[in-house]
Order: sequence, then C-alpha cells, then structure tokens
Amino acid sequence: MKLRSIFILLCSALALSGCNLVVLNPSGDVAAQQGNLLIYSTVLILIVILPVMALTVYFAWKYRAGNKDATYEPDWDHSVSLEIVIWSVPLAIIVCLAGLTWVSTHRLDPYKSLDRVSASQPIDPNVEPLQIQVVALDWKWLFIYPELNIATVNEVAAITDRPIEFKLTSATVMNAFYIPDMAGMIYTMAGMETELNGVINEPGVYGGLSSQYSGQGFSHMNFDMHVSDQAGFDAWVENVRAEGHELNREAYVKLEEKTVAHPIEYFNGIQTGMWDKILNMCVGDDTLCLNDMMMVDALGGGGIEGLYNRELYRGLCSADDPEALFVMLRPELYARQTEIVAAVNLLPPSSDPTRLNQSNVQAN
Amino acid sequence: MATSSTHIVDHSSEIHWFLGKLNWASFPFLHDPIILATLLGSCLIGAAVVAAVTYYRLWGYLWNEWFTSIDHKKIGIMYMVLGTVMLVRGFADALMMRVHQALASAGYVGFLPPHHYDQIFTVHGVIMIFFVAMPFVTGFMNYVMPLQIGARDVAFPFLNNFSFWLTVSGAILIMLSLFVGEFAATGWLAYPPLSGLTFSPGVGMDYYLWSLNIAGIGTTLSGINLVVTLVKMRAPGMDWMKMPVFCWTTLCTNVLIIGTFPVLSATLALLTADRYLGTHFFTNDMGGSPMMYVNLIWIWGHPEVYILVLPIFGIFSEVVSTFTSKRLFGYTSMVYATCVIMILSYLVWLHHFFTMGAGADVNSFFGITTMIISIPTGAKLFNWLFTMYKGRIRYELPMMWTVAFMLTFTIGGLTGVLLAIPPADHVVHNSLFLIAHFHNVIIGGVVFGIFAGISYWWPKAFGFKMDPFWGKVSFWSWVVGFYFAFMPLYVLGLMGVTRRLSQFEDTIYAVYFVLALLGALMIGIGVLSFVVQIVVSILKREELKDETGDPWGGRTLEWSTTSPPPFYNFAFSPRVYELDTWDHMKKSGYEVPKSGFLPVHMPHYTSSGIIISGLLTVMGFALIWHIMWLAAITFLASVVWGIAHTFNYNRDYYVPADEVAAIEAKRLGSVPAE
Repeated sequence: MKLRSIFILLCSALALSGCNLVVLNPSGDVAAQQGNLLIYSTVLILIVILPVMALTVYFAWKYRAGNKDATYEPDWDHSVSLEIVIWSVPLAIIVCLAGLTWVSTHRLDPYKSLDRVSASQPIDPNVEPLQIQVVALDWKWLFIYPELNIATVNEVAAITDRPIEFKLTSATVMNAFYIPDMAGMIYTMAGMETELNGVINEPGVYGGLSSQYSGQGFSHMNFDMHVSDQAGFDAWVENVRAEGHELNREAYVKLEEKTVAHPIEYFNGIQTGMWDKILNMCVGDDTLCLNDMMMVDALGGGGIEGLYNRELYRGLCSADDPEALFVMLRPELYARQTEIVAAVNLLPPSSDPTRLNQSNVQAN
Repeated sequence: MATSSTHIVDHSSEIHWFLGKLNWASFPFLHDPIILATLLGSCLIGAAVVAAVTYYRLWGYLWNEWFTSIDHKKIGIMYMVLGTVMLVRGFADALMMRVHQALASAGYVGFLPPHHYDQIFTVHGVIMIFFVAMPFVTGFMNYVMPLQIGARDVAFPFLNNFSFWLTVSGAILIMLSLFVGEFAATGWLAYPPLSGLTFSPGVGMDYYLWSLNIAGIGTTLSGINLVVTLVKMRAPGMDWMKMPVFCWTTLCTNVLIIGTFPVLSATLALLTADRYLGTHFFTNDMGGSPMMYVNLIWIWGHPEVYILVLPIFGIFSEVVSTFTSKRLFGYTSMVYATCVIMILSYLVWLHHFFTMGAGADVNSFFGITTMIISIPTGAKLFNWLFTMYKGRIRYELPMMWTVAFMLTFTIGGLTGVLLAIPPADHVVHNSLFLIAHFHNVIIGGVVFGIFAGISYWWPKAFGFKMDPFWGKVSFWSWVVGFYFAFMPLYVLGLMGVTRRLSQFEDTIYAVYFVLALLGALMIGIGVLSFVVQIVVSILKREELKDETGDPWGGRTLEWSTTSPPPFYNFAFSPRVYELDTWDHMKKSGYEVPKSGFLPVHMPHYTSSGIIISGLLTVMGFALIWHIMWLAAITFLASVVWGIAHTFNYNRDYYVPADEVAAIEAKRLGSVPAE
C-alpha cells in the first residue's frame, strides 16, 4: 500500500511538471467545457468514494483478527438505517450527476451551433461559422472549404475565435475525427454525414488525429491545424490557391488509394457537387450514387430487370429531379411524384440546408 | 517515417480445390523471426508435455478420467487449466505491446510492423475476454455452484462437457492462427466495414469469426445448463433467499448469457455471411449498415462485462463473510443489487459509442442509465465494507485479494462514471484513459477475484492449501504492477493519446510508456509467481494438506463435504434450514452420517463431447481456409455423431450403497457401520 501512495505522488508530480494534459487544459472553448466537466464530476464522485476508501482501509486495519480489542459481532448482518444510507448516498450523487449529464449533453451536443465563443465572449450573430467538410480516407484527411473553393490534405487552418462547423464523412472504414484542443471527437462513416461544432480561442498549431483504429496506416493519420487571425488565415488560403491544383474526379480517385503518412497536399478548385458525390459514395466513374439507388428502390427497384441493370439508372436519375425515373419505373405514379418524393424524403443532404435534419443519409 | 509501415500486406490468393487458400505463404514463421522463435518455443513445451504424458503413461488416464468426464468438478478444473494456459498467451501479447509502445514512443520504430502489432492487440483482447476471463468464471460456476446448492452434478452433464470442448475448440483455432496464416487486425470487436471482405480480405478475420462462432455456442449451452441446475436442483429447503450469494450471481450471469450470447452468435453469423456468401448486412455499400453491427455487438458486449464481473462479486461476498467469520451484511440488498445490475446491464450499450453522433437525448438517456448501475454496485461495496465492520478479519490470500479489489475497483468505478457523461466521453473516448479504465475494472475486479477464488477453493478441489509465500509474491506483483502499468495510461489519455497506435511522432510520451512497461513486467512476475505457486503447492502438498474439508471455517455447503469431494458430491442431499447452511449445521451439532447409505444415481462418462468438438474444430479450420470438401465432411460427421449419441441409452448407473459406504468410511477414517 505504501508503494502505491508513493507512486501516485510520483505520477501527479510528473503530470504537473512535465507534460501537457491537453484534455484538461485545451485552447478551445468547447474542449475546455468538456475538460471542466471531467474535473467537476470527479470531485462530485470523490464525495462518496473517498470515505469508502478511507473506511475500507480503516476497517481492514481495525478489525484484523490480531486486534482482540475490537468488537466482534458475528451475527450482526442487518441495519435498516445503514441500508438507507448506503443506497441513498450514491443515489443522491447520481441524481446530481444525471442532472449535470442531461444539461451538459444538450449544451455540448456536437451537432448544435455554438452559443458562445468563450466564457467571456458571446457569439456574434453577424459572423457565420467557417464551413469545413472533412473526408476520412485510407490513411489521410481531406478538408474541403466549400465557401473558399479550396481543399487540403492532412492540414487544416482556421481563424481564432471564429466558430467552425465541420461536416464529416468517410470514404473508407470508420474513423474518428479528433482535435483535442478544439472539441471532443466524432465518428466519420461512409455514406453518413456527421457534424461537429468547435472553436479555437488562441492562435497556434494544434494536432489532430484519427481516434478510431482504421487499419495499417492508422498511426500516421495525423494532421496539423493552424489557427491564426484573419490576416494569417487569408495568407494561408492564398498559399493554398497558389500551390494547389484542381480537386476533380481523377484527383479524388487517386486520393482514395491507400497511402501511409500522406504528404500535405493543396487543391485550388473543387469540381461541382464533389461533396454530394463523396457522401453518396459515387465519385468513381461506374458507381451508382447512394441516394439515386435509394430512390430507385423506393420506386420499386424496377423488378428483376432492375436488379441486374442498375447502371441503367445511373446518370439518368437524380434524387433532385426524379421525373425521368418516374417515367421509367412507375409511370402510373407520375402525377403524384411531388407527394411521393416528399414522403420518401431522399433529397441529398447538403443540396438544401433547410432539409438537413430530416435527411435519411444523416447519421442520427 | 517508419519504413515498415509503408508496406501494405497483399492478400490476393487463389483458392485451390483441395488446399483452399493454404500455400507456403500461409506460414508466417517462414519469414518472421519473432513467430519462428515462438513456434520453436511452443513446439519445445508441447513436445515436453507430450513426452511426459507418454512417459508416465497418462494418455489413458487423461482420456478416461478427464477428457470424457462429465463430472462438473473435473470440467470446472479443466476450464481453469484452459484459462491459465490462455492467460500466459494473452499476457505474452500484452508484454509485446508494452515493449513495442515503449520503444516506438521513445523514437525507435519498435520491433513490430503495424500489421503484426494490430493482430497482437486484437488477439490480446479476444483471448483475455473469451478464453481467459470466461473460462475462469465458467470454471468457478461449474465447480462451486452445484456444491453450494447441494446437488450431485449439473442438470445436463453431457452438455456441460460438450460446452467445455466447444470453448477449447475456439481456443485451439485462435492459437493456430499464430502459426498458420494470421489473426484479425481489426480490434477485438472487429467493427465493420474494417472487418468486412473489402478491407480485411485475409484469413485473420475468418479465424476470429469461426473461433467465436464455435466457442459462443458452447457458452450459450453452458448458460442454459447452469440456469436449469439452479432452478431445478437446489437441495430440499433451499428456497431462493437461502441460496448463497455466489449462486445468485451465477444465476444472474447465466440469465445474461442466455439473453446475450445468441445476439453475439447472430451478429457474427451475419458478418460471416457478409464474408462468405456475399450478403451486405454490414458493408458500406448496397444498403449495409456498419452502425447496426456496432449496436448489436455492444448489446452483447456490455452485458458481457457483467457476465464476467457478477460471479466475481459473488466470490468476494463468499470470501469476505468467511474470512471475517461473520454473516454477510445485507444479504437481501446484495441479492437485489445483483438483479438490478443484471437488468440495467441490458440498457446501457450505447455508452460505448456516444461519439457516433446520436442526438443529445439518446446520449443522455444511455449516460444516465449507465450511472444508475453504479448505485447497486456502490451498495455492494458498502455491504462488503460493513461485513468487515465488527468482524475478525483473517488475512489469508483470498482476503488480501478482496481488500486490494475494494480499493482498486473503486478507482475504476470513478473513471467509469466519468466516461458515462457523454460530453466528457467525447474527449477521452478511445483514448488510453479508456484503456486504463477497463483494465482497472477487469484486472482490479475480475482478475483479482479470480485469484481470490482460486486460492479460496483450491483446498476444496485438491485437499491441500496453496503455498502462501508464492501467493503473496504474486499478489504484491500484480497489485503494484497494476498501478504502475495503468496509472500512466490514465495520464496519457488526458494528454490526448489514442489507443492502438503502433507509431508515435512525438517522444514526450516515452516516460509514461516506460513506466507502463515496468508495471507490465511486474505483472509478469505476478503471472510467473502464480504458476510457480501452483507447482510449489503441488510439491508441498503433504505439508499443506487439509483433512477437514473445511480449512477456512466456511459457511456454505461446499465445505460440508470432503476435499476433494467424492464424485457424487454428497452421499445424502443436505437439508437446508438457514442461509449459510454449513455454518448453521456446524452450530447445531451436525454429525456426518455413518450408515444408512443409499445407491447414488450418476451419469456415465462419454466421449461424444470431445469428438464432436474435434470435428467442429477441423470444420472451422477448413472453412477459414476455404477447404470446402473438408468442411462438408466434418460438418456431416459431427451431425451424424450427434444423432448417434442420442441413441446411446446406456447413460446412467447406480453407485451401489456398499461402495458409497466404503467411500464415506474412507473419508471418516473409520470402519463402515453395518
């Protein structure tokens, strides 16, 4: 027991002096709130745990067989008042924690837009969050800035105190997107879109990683996040524009190849509809888009013929414009197409922001 | 940049009509010196064991008295042997991981290429859960529970033997993957799409699936068996609330097994179909849903945690009350706490993936249900605490493990509640903080409990106590080693280090990984001392002998019979009037009956269990390597054997009263009364 206490001392000394406990001391407001939550709840739980541990040690010592002075009551096995205490004290703590959980889970929901920039700074309603689309590939990260029409691989940049809204997906297996300094992690999954809102309050270079094991190159699936003021960010964008090339279908297909520790790469233009195609897993030439496939299926799939001729529908159909499909598959329903499309609800997720939350392709 | 990690393993191989996927490239020891050395070592040990068994002419004895035995006590002991062997293997993997990470974090590449490292952490998890913790826990339940309820065996003795050999079958397939082919490199729960055919085309995933498909059926059957035993075979007078706490925890655990292992089997069957039949249950495309797999696997996976820990809680309850020489405090609330935990454990699975992006309502719900579990768990802890209060605590090994458990498990409980708060989980999920947490509860709870249980019931099983010196060496190495190995991981988790990394780009973590390695080495001494303890105990068995059958002043029925118990357990079914039956019997002046013995009805041993399981092992191997003709033949053979077994009507016999009298007389050291 003695060894252990020495060790714990040693460990906390090391922890205080040597290293940066980024999870407890991050540079972004969301991560800071999450880190504080860890600390507050630890304190709350210690209220019940410390007495238990102290009592364990005390009883273990006091009632040792060698101590003949201690009372010995072999048949004492029940006490209503003690039972009430041992059930109600943990219950009370858990009630507090449950309240904390409910409130904090809703306040720090990664899908929710931020309601403050930092503890002292409310959100500016005139500042739109910076939009970044993230694709997890084997084994690298692709970042697309739809408003700036640029994209990068394994490097991302943002502006101090400006909220960031990430939309995330995967072109491969499941990964988790995690910038410990900014906010908690969120999974990225193929054919799904997840979302993460965060902000960084101090300029600097912060590490990001995949925190869900995804295969051989996983250990090197890291990137840097450069955070600076608007001027620094603009300079970074200019640099990307100057050094980059276009992110078109060929460039993306090349990115999809498995590589380990992929170098930083810049793109200065993005082919139209790229994000929709990535999300619907149909960037390659010969794939039927997920949303198109779902539309075909929703219309009955075209029977046996449809099973073997999926290619027929590719390009012809689009979930935004289902007219041709109706003519081909269900002419008798042609007149009711608006109604049916509304009912099956298959609009691609990012083409109409107002429909986002109802989309089937979304994760929740 | 690590050059080794840029190598992408190529799995494209032709399927030969006779050999399936097997070819020279399937044998990794031909090009990997680490595996070659392991193979040579295993061959040496294996050859030594085979030679010894042959030299002492033990094959017949092993086959007739153990392998074909359907005695719950022998099966229980065989489960413990399986657990011990696999513990050594699983620990060797852990040590390799610790050494590799210590090297890699200090700026070296480490000695394992990623593809090998990834297999090691996967196999470590699979082995430790399915083939170490499960066999140990099942072994205890098998050995102890029938004795505690005054039964002569379990309800379905043949099924019990069959379940055991199915578990062994899974273990054999996993061990085989070390030398023939490879194991999965997916993490121990094998999330698709990574575990699907597209991203893991190799045989490693197939080893994973067939090993667990086969062993999983064994566990389900064993669960049914033990529940029926508890419901139908309690001694007269033992109503539910007079059952020892260990039996209650066994009951709840096996209800959980029956409820969840079929989910595991079904989930793995769907994944198997994806890999073998071209279905799309869990693929990225064609309408598959990997998220469904993650949900299903945790609907099994979380109750599994309680399947492991509930019987261990039972062991601690027995140990605390025995070594404090005192009734267990709050028996009733202990029973209710166990049942509440059993039910709640079905309602928390989503806390394993708060970060998948479910909404705040869903996450809060599962976070709060998870915290609620800590209330009954806390109540249990208080009950043990107040059992110690006003007791006379004897610090024998089992009690030492119990106190270490109470202190260590509490820390694990603390970090567990932290992880149950979704926003907090978002920053430590998948990190080494999580790794530290679950090792804290599994080592601090399950493993400590296993050692407490082994040293507690060893004298019952063999008639002599375990050597205390080596037991204490093992105890201190494990306990101190645990803190050294896992406290640094908590810190690393708070530094944002994620799990399953084989390469590091920063050397600031090195000091913690080296500390953790130091801890792992101490645990290594603990594992070794445990093995030494067994050997020394056997050598010193005369010195450590216990003639009474009740060396600790036990309180439950297993201590009322001899050590080791006769194969029929009890010559007469005990009559139960009180909780802590044996304590009550001793106090009311019970005397061992000396006459009036009746014939005892017992089942015959049978070789069907080991033979069918052997056939299924070959079938599993054949399916893994796509040797379809062999798979078909062995599958048919196992079905035919199974049907043939049902036509064997010579299943039971009566031990004549004279023989019972003779055995009972021997234990009493007196002449049989007429």
